[in-house]
Amino acid sequence: MEGRVPPGQYVTLGFPVLSAGPTPHTPLDEWSFSIDPQEGESTQWSWPSFQELPTQEFVVDIHCVTKWSKLDTRWEGVMIDTLLERAGLDPSDPSVQGQFGVAYCDGGYTTNIPVNDLVGGKAFVAYRFDGAPLAPEHGGPARLVVPHLYFWKSAKWIRGLRLTPVDMPGFWESLGYHNYGDPWREQRYQGD
Amino acid sequence: MAGAAVSGRLGGAPRQGAACPLVWQLATVTAIRPETPTVKTFTLTLPDWMPHRAGQHYDVRLTAPDGYQAQRSYSVASEPERTGEIDLTVERLEDGEVSTYLHDVLVPGDLVELRGPVGGYFVWEPGMGGPLLLVAGGSGVVPLMAMLRHRAARGARVPVRLLYSVRSPEQTIYAEELGHLDKTDPLLDVVYTYTRSQPKGWGGYARRIDRRMLDEVLATLDQMPLAYVCGPTLMVERTAEELVATGIPADRIRTERFGPTG
Amino acid sequence: MLDGNAAAGLLEELFGRDMTMSLSHCAHCGNQGALATSHAYVQAPGFILRCAICEAVMLRIVSTPDAYFVDARGMTNLRIPRYTA
Repeated sequence: MEGRVPPGQYVTLGFPVLSAGPTPHTPLDEWSFSIDPQEGESTQWSWPSFQELPTQEFVVDIHCVTKWSKLDTRWEGVMIDTLLERAGLDPSDPSVQGQFGVAYCDGGYTTNIPVNDLVGGKAFVAYRFDGAPLAPEHGGPARLVVPHLYFWKSAKWIRGLRLTPVDMPGFWESLGYHNYGDPWREQRYQGD
Repeated sequence: MAGAAVSGRLGGAPRQGAACPLVWQLATVTAIRPETPTVKTFTLTLPDWMPHRAGQHYDVRLTAPDGYQAQRSYSVASEPERTGEIDLTVERLEDGEVSTYLHDVLVPGDLVELRGPVGGYFVWEPGMGGPLLLVAGGSGVVPLMAMLRHRAARGARVPVRLLYSVRSPEQTIYAEELGHLDKTDPLLDVVYTYTRSQPKGWGGYARRIDRRMLDEVLATLDQMPLAYVCGPTLMVERTAEELVATGIPADRIRTERFGPTG
Repeated sequence: MLDGNAAAGLLEELFGRDMTMSLSHCAHCGNQGALATSHAYVQAPGFILRCAICEAVMLRIVSTPDAYFVDARGMTNLRIPRYTA
């Protein structure tokens, strides 16, 4: 366990549910996921077509800013690299990596992450957790998972990723939380 | 204007009954009493006690040795006439961070950090009048019990109906005391609805609170009451809607939702 | 999900007086109601109060070790009674 728990965190065996609003219940036949580039058309997937994308299993540690950490969580989902590629964007291209992303979700939640922190296998859109479909209270049908940043960046009920030229603080980032959120440097709040 | 007195309260309204600001204080547990298999009442002595209004609550904060903090709100069950101390009646929630600590770890003599009393909406005192319709779902009976105890302590001759929805007789909080109040106070009536299992020979309500039940209870009052509804979110929402449908103005209905905060 | 009563302590900490009886005016749908009746999400990384009618975010509060962050854009106004009962 040494070296796996960032400073100020406590390991939990449960999976706390923290929410800023009511749990959305988007029917799968109305669900879509979108990559919105800065220029040109968005690329969208319906639920069935999303399921056909290359999917992997990820086992990762997650760290919530409210101080709990959960180790070895098991997810299945699609890497952001894959989604960008299918949208005609090269995830290894520095001009793509230098852009910023805003994840937007059912219920209105947003969070901002540099594209560089989403590619290279660092982030994925997950729709299964612990061998079962992702439950609504944990972000299902699908959520973003970005394990190397505090878990508020792993946006529940994600519906799309919009690319922007500048960093645009999201829901918590605009209210005192750290813009980047590295748990290893304990970047919880602005100014940390 | 030299010498003129300045009357009225300037700026904000001060905390009722005292000039003290809202601060955390360390209270001592003096007694723990089981009410049901999953509910306990904790009596706490407060160094900076001030009289609360019936229906108000305290915030309780736990700090683990490693610094981790968790905070929850619990309604005061006791009447403000009991000075220097408060009763908090707490249901043990299976994955509750604070309730499990209170139930499983706390013993008399232990200290608990809390602040209050807070809340200016879900409160009743005799000056607000009546009659009263109190509707409780499960542990939502706690703040309503404070109102009943306050009413009794003040000798207020306000007719009151407590409609208490609970799963089974074993899970009824304050059963004995409510039975005593019902028997000895002609203006007070407790109406139970047992939704899962009923006492042997029970001829009363055995279902979720609905419009018909509310109509029947309201019919036993000869005036439109002040209504207080407390319990799980869904029960409170439904009941409040039905009460509005019976013709009670929305501003005579007060609600408080209980439930796990996580 | 709870209601604004659960935020009474934090709101009093911030405003120095009981706020549950203050009337919020939802900027999204225009509904007016006591803060006590708003839908509260109190254990997220911050406190969120949402309109009971349309669920739009009315008030957000984050407490950090040295500051409070408050976003009240979701309310057209907040009517705070001068005197409490």
